[in-house]
Amino acid sequence: MDIKTVSPDQVVFWQWGPVSVNATIVFTWVVMGLLVLVSWLVTRRLSSDVQFSRWQNLLEILVEGMQNQIKDISHQETRIYLPFVGTLFLFIAVCNLLSIVPGYTPPTASLSTTAALAICVFVAVPLYGILNRGFLGYLRQYIRPTMFMLPFNIMGELSRTLALAIRLFGNMMSGAKIGAILLAIVPLFFPIIMHALGLLTGLIQAYIFAVLAMVYIASATRAHQEREQKQEKKQEEKGEKSHG
Amino acid sequence: MDSISLIGMASVITAGLTVAIGSIGPSLGEGRSVAQALSSIAQQPDETNNITRTLFVGLAMIESTAIYCFVVAMILIFANPFWDHVIAK
Repeated sequence: MDIKTVSPDQVVFWQWGPVSVNATIVFTWVVMGLLVLVSWLVTRRLSSDVQFSRWQNLLEILVEGMQNQIKDISHQETRIYLPFVGTLFLFIAVCNLLSIVPGYTPPTASLSTTAALAICVFVAVPLYGILNRGFLGYLRQYIRPTMFMLPFNIMGELSRTLALAIRLFGNMMSGAKIGAILLAIVPLFFPIIMHALGLLTGLIQAYIFAVLAMVYIASATRAHQEREQKQEKKQEEKGEKSHG
Repeated sequence: MDSISLIGMASVITAGLTVAIGSIGPSLGEGRSVAQALSSIAQQPDETNNITRTLFVGLAMIESTAIYCFVVAMILIFANPFWDHVIAK
């Protein structure tokens, strides 16, 4: 990526009339194809035996790790959250980690990709909320604790989506930019160190994106359960009192 | 002074100021939160996992303000709409 181009959207590979294929689209498809191909190859011959391939071991570690993280955050059944949050994590992590390959620009360094991912979260939060507590139950959380908090709750919903998108975009774009700037100043050794640091940042950003998505989903679904638990407690206390 | 050099000067100076001032607050905040997390881990090593996860999420939240400043600075330097407007004229 050149130093002048802010996002890989501006790097056009192929143009035919109004249709153009830029670096973001190409590398997004490369990452998607890679993920699908590897998962398909590995899950083709799964074994529940003691002997299994190292690739199956890798996938099991990944899935189980994601399951544990989701369980820690949401204290709920992980089964319905794992496909969404796990996909977000895997996609962003692979996007960022492949940046060590020469000639590759991470699609997450483009605002359009990160905005699309953030919009996915923006849509998924109400979906999971409604699935968990019903339509009215979900809407009711906007007017909690009082009616006056309604505009602030809506604003918070929008601004955190924006924050998700800009955070990922800024981090990945800054990694590429700092690499390019250092390449112009100290060309030999120092950019490599920054690149290695960029790998760490990329993985942490993928983790943070997935964790934040899970936290938002959990906050849309959890309040319900807490209230139920409180009511149960109250009823138990009442029961004890009446018994006493 | 014509408008091209005026806009160029204003964008460069503002970009530098944006990053310089905008990174003060987040760095102070991140330092404080890391120090607090370390002392909590020292007090309760059993809760290391929870503390670390919350720390990372919190750091990302704090850091995003600095990232906003960085993005604004990048826009001012590389994708400045006023500069493009003046150049196109």
